[in-house]
Amino acid sequence: MAHGPAKGIGRWLFTTNHKDIGTLYLWFSFAMFLLGGFFAMVIRAELFQPGMQIIRPEFFNQMTTMHGLVMVFGAIMPAFVGLANWMIPLQIGAPDMALPRMNNLSFWILPFAFAILASTLFMEGGAPNFGWTFYAPLSTTYAPDTVNYFIFGVHIMGASSIMGSINIIATVLNMRAPGMTMMKMPLFVWTWLITAFLLIAVMPVLAGAVTMMLMDINFGTSFFDAAGGGDPVLFQHVFWFFGHPEVYIIILPAFGVISAIIPTFSRKPLFGYSSMVYATAAIAFLSFIVWAHHMFTVGMPLTGELYFMYATMLIAVPTGVKVFNWIATMFQGAMTFETPMLFAIAFVILFTIGGFTGLMLSIAPSDIQYHDTYFVVAHFHYVMVAGAVFSGTAAVYYWLPKWCGRMYNETMGKLQFWVAFIGFNITFFPQHFLGLAGMPRRYADYSLQFADWNMVSSVGAFIYGAAQLLFLYNVIATIVAGKPVSEPKTWEGAEGLEWTVATPAPYHTFSTPPEVK
Amino acid sequence: MFAKIERLFVRLLAPLLLLPLAASTLADGGTWREVINMTPGVTEVSRQIYDLHMIIFWICVVIGVVVFAIMFYSMIVHRKSKGYKAANFHESTVVEIAWTVIPALILIVMAVPATKALINLYDTSDAEIDIKVTGYQWKWQYEYLGEDVQFMSELSTPDAEIYNLETKGANYLADVNEPLVIPVDTKVRFLITAKDVIHSWWMTDFGVKKDAIPGFINETWAKVEKTGTYRGYCAELCGQGHAFMPVVVKVVEKDEYAAWLGEKKAAAAAMRELTEKEFTMDELMAQGEEVYLRSCAACHQANGEGMPPAFPAIKGSAVATGAVDHHLDVVVNGVAGSAMQAFGAQLSEVDLAAVLTYQRNAWGNNTGDVVQPIDVFNFKQGQ
Amino acid sequence: MAEAKTNRFLVARLMAGAVAMFLFAIFVLPPLYDVFCEVTGIGGKTGGRYVATDAVVDESRTVRVQFVATNNGEMPWEFAPKVFEVKVNPGQPVPVAFLARNTTELDMVGQAIPSVSPSNAARYFHKTECFCFNSQPLAAGEEAELPLVFIVDPELPRTVHTITLSYTLFDVTGRSGEPSLAALTEPASGQ
Repeated sequence: MAHGPAKGIGRWLFTTNHKDIGTLYLWFSFAMFLLGGFFAMVIRAELFQPGMQIIRPEFFNQMTTMHGLVMVFGAIMPAFVGLANWMIPLQIGAPDMALPRMNNLSFWILPFAFAILASTLFMEGGAPNFGWTFYAPLSTTYAPDTVNYFIFGVHIMGASSIMGSINIIATVLNMRAPGMTMMKMPLFVWTWLITAFLLIAVMPVLAGAVTMMLMDINFGTSFFDAAGGGDPVLFQHVFWFFGHPEVYIIILPAFGVISAIIPTFSRKPLFGYSSMVYATAAIAFLSFIVWAHHMFTVGMPLTGELYFMYATMLIAVPTGVKVFNWIATMFQGAMTFETPMLFAIAFVILFTIGGFTGLMLSIAPSDIQYHDTYFVVAHFHYVMVAGAVFSGTAAVYYWLPKWCGRMYNETMGKLQFWVAFIGFNITFFPQHFLGLAGMPRRYADYSLQFADWNMVSSVGAFIYGAAQLLFLYNVIATIVAGKPVSEPKTWEGAEGLEWTVATPAPYHTFSTPPEVK
Repeated sequence: MFAKIERLFVRLLAPLLLLPLAASTLADGGTWREVINMTPGVTEVSRQIYDLHMIIFWICVVIGVVVFAIMFYSMIVHRKSKGYKAANFHESTVVEIAWTVIPALILIVMAVPATKALINLYDTSDAEIDIKVTGYQWKWQYEYLGEDVQFMSELSTPDAEIYNLETKGANYLADVNEPLVIPVDTKVRFLITAKDVIHSWWMTDFGVKKDAIPGFINETWAKVEKTGTYRGYCAELCGQGHAFMPVVVKVVEKDEYAAWLGEKKAAAAAMRELTEKEFTMDELMAQGEEVYLRSCAACHQANGEGMPPAFPAIKGSAVATGAVDHHLDVVVNGVAGSAMQAFGAQLSEVDLAAVLTYQRNAWGNNTGDVVQPIDVFNFKQGQ
Repeated sequence: MAEAKTNRFLVARLMAGAVAMFLFAIFVLPPLYDVFCEVTGIGGKTGGRYVATDAVVDESRTVRVQFVATNNGEMPWEFAPKVFEVKVNPGQPVPVAFLARNTTELDMVGQAIPSVSPSNAARYFHKTECFCFNSQPLAAGEEAELPLVFIVDPELPRTVHTITLSYTLFDVTGRSGEPSLAALTEPASGQ
C-alpha cells in the first residue's frame, strides 16, 4: 500500500506527507531566518557608529519592524511547526498527522503571506514601519498605505498557525499508538500539545486586533481612536493579550526539544517527568494573566500594576522548576558533548540569564527605567535566540541523521556552535549595558556615550550572522555528502519511538502502530 | 584534560571578555561605569528604583552562580569520557517541592520593597508646580499651567552632525533649543499627553517614564534633589523622529527659577510688543533661516527640495511664490490629512514672519516679499 | 474508522474555539474594556452625562480642579479653558467654560474628548453638562464659549486633593455617523 514520494516539483506542492511538510517548513523558516537576519545586519550596520551613515531613519523603522515580523512569524514559529510535523507522528507512533491535506495548506499559504509582506519594501510609502508590536495610532492613522498588506499577511499567518495547531491537537489526542498514555508521551509532544492550545486561544485575538485596525483605517470606526470614543490603550491590551502567550508559544516547544536532548547525551532519563508536564501547563496558564507587564508605563492604576507585577513574578517558579529538572537530569549522568548537547547546555545557561533579566523586568518600579530600552531588547534576544533558536539548531543537529540518513561533521558542528555562542554573546550582552545606561530601543541614532557598546554589539552581530551561514553549509554538506548512517538509534542514549524506525526514516512509518509498553 | 579546562574557560569567560574589552575601548577613564549600569539618579524615586534593581540583580547573580556551579561541576565530573557511570534516578517529590517553594519565598521577599517603591512612585499628591508635557512628532511642548508660559522644546543638534558633515558635539542628540526649567527640592507634577501618536517622556535621572497618549492625560511627578542639567529621551516609537526628540531639564535654585519664570512671562508680553515691530529683510532672512533649519528642514530639507510626495519641495513651489495669505494659511493652520502641522500655535509671530520671508526668498524663490510679525498677527486674528 | 469520527468532532470543536476567540477579541474585549473603564474610572474616562441627585455639599474639604486643553493632530482652532483652576467643595455643581475659535477659512466640526487624572478620581468626577457630549461645529472664524458643569462626588477618596480634567480637541469634520459621547449616555431632558 505504501508507495514512495512523487517526482518533481509536484511532490512538494501537493504532498500530504508529514515528513515532506516538515522539511518544507524547516527550509522556509531557514530562508526567513536569513531574510530577517539580513534586516538585522542592516540595523547593526547603521548602529555601528553614531550618525546616519547608510540609511535614513524612516527606512530604519521599516528594518526594525520587518526584522521582528519576519523572525517571529516567519522564522521561529514555522521552524518549530516543522519540527512538530516531522517528529510528533514519529514520537507517538502515528502514520501521519490527523489532517494531512490541511497540513499542506497550512504550509503553502506561508510563502504567499511572506511574499506579500516582503514586497511592501518596494511599494510606495515603504514597508510597515511601526514596530512588530504595531501600536495604534502610529499603525492606523499614521501608517503607510502598505499597512493593509501587513494586515492581510498577518491574517494569513494566523490562519496557518491555527490550522497547524488544530492538526497537532487532533493528532496527539487521537492518534497515539496503543499503550502510549498521555503521561508516556515525550516532552516534545507535551509541550507542542499545550502550545497548540495556546495558539488556538490567542492567534484569533491577534486576528481580531488587526481586523479592528483595518476597520479603523478603512471603514471609519474608532476602536483605537480617541476622537470617536475609542482608546489607543485598548489596542495595547488586545495586542498583548495575544502577545504574551505568543512568547510562550515560541519557547515551549523549545523546552520540549531540550527535554529530549539532555537525557540522550546524559544517558539518563529526564528528571521529574510529571513535574515538567505540570510546569509547562502552569506556564501556559499563567501566560494568559500577565499581559500588561508590557504596559507598565501606560498609566495603569496602582492596583492593576501591582497585580500584573506579582502575577508575572510567579512565572519564574515553574520556569525555574524546569531548569532545575534539566540540571538534575545531567547530574550523575554519563555526559558526552556532541553538537546538539552543546547547544542544549548553552540554552540552559543563556535562557536562564534571559529568565533573570525577565524577572528584573517584572519588577514594575524598576521597569520604569528598563521599559522600551535596550535592556528589554537584550532580554528577549537572550530568551528567543539563545533560547528558541539555539534549541531549534540543536534539534536539527540531533534529528538530521534520522531525517536524511547522514551524519553531520562533528568538528564543523562544534565550530559552528562556538562561533554562534561567542557571536551571540558579543552581540547581546552589551545591550544590557546600553539599556541600563539609558539607550531607548528602536533608535536609528544615539548619543555619544552609547557608541562603544553599539560598536561591540555590531561586531558580534556580524560574527553571529557568519555562524548562520556556517550552519547552512553544515546542513547542506551533511545532506549532500555526510557520512551515511543507518543505525535506527543514532545516539547511544536516545530513547523514543523515532529511534526505532530505520535511518533515514522511511517515507511512511508506523503504518502499523507499534507496541508501547 | 586540557580540552576540558579550555572548554570551561571559554564557556565561563566568553561573555566576561567583554568587560576588559570595553574598558580598553573607552577613551574616558571613569565614564565606563556610567555606561554599564543604571544611574541612581537625583530623586528619591530614582534611588529607590536603583536600590531595588541592584538587590534583584545580586539575588539573580547569587542564584545563577550556585545553579551554574552545580551544572559545571556535573559537566566536569559526570562525563562518559572519564568513565563515569550514569545513575538512574529520575524523580523526587521532595526535591520538586523544595525547588518550587524556595523560589516562591524568594519572590515574596522581592515583592515587598518593590511594592513600597511603586506606591511611592505613584503618589502625585500635593505638588507645588504643574507642568503639562505634550508629545509631538517630533518635539515636546511644555506648558507651565496657571502661569501662561509655554514653549516648544526641540532637538538642536544640526542635521550636518547627524549626516556626518560636521563633528558631533558632546551632547549629540541630547540638546534642545529650550530646556524645561524646574526648581530644585520642589515637587513638580507632570501632566503628560500627546498630540498625534503615542510618545513617552523619560527622564532617566529622575526615575520618571510615562507614556504620552493622544486623547488621554497621564500624570507623574518628580522632586529633584540636585541642581544640574539632565537629559532624557522619547521612549515610545513615534515615527522617523523617534530618536531625535530628547528631553532636557534644567534644575535650578528656587530663586533662579522664580526669576526665570518672571522673565518668560515678561518675554511673552515682550513678544506681543515685538509683533508690532518692523524688521528688515536681512533680519528676517537670518532669523528665518534659523527657524527653518530647526522646525522645517527635517521634512522639507535644508535645500528646500523636500522629499516628495510626502514632503513637498518649497523651492519653486506655488505656495511659497504665490499668495502670501495662502502661504500663511498652510504654515499657521497646517494641512489636514497630511503631515504638515499647524505651526500657528508652535512658533511666535516673529518666527513665523521670519520663516515665511525666508521661504519666499531662499533657493532662488526671490519673490522679494517681506512678511512682518504684524501681518501674521492680523492673519490669525482676521480669520 | 472511529478515529476519523473523533477527529472530525474534535477538529470542529477546535475550529469553533478559534472562531469564538476571534469574535471575543472584536465584540467582547472592546465593550468589556469600556465597561471596566467606566465602572472603575481606570484610564481617566469619565462616562456620560450625569443626572444630578441632590447630594450634600461637603463644605469641610476643598478639591482643586484643573483644566487643560490639547489640540490633536493638525487641529488649528484656538482652544483653552477660561480659567486654569478652581477650588470646589465636593457635591457642589460648578460651572466653568472653555473658549474655542475656528481660525481657518473653512467651516469645521470639532470633538472634545475628556480625560481625568488621577485615574482613581475619574469615577468621582461627574459632568451634568458638557460640550464634550456633542461635536462642536464652528463656521470659519467663529468663536464660541463652551460650557461645562461638573460635580465632584463627595465619595472622592480623601487622598485625592487635585483633579485634572484634560480635553483633547479632534477635527471630526466630514466624519458622518460618528457616535458622539451623547449616544453613550442616557437621554437627558433638554441639553
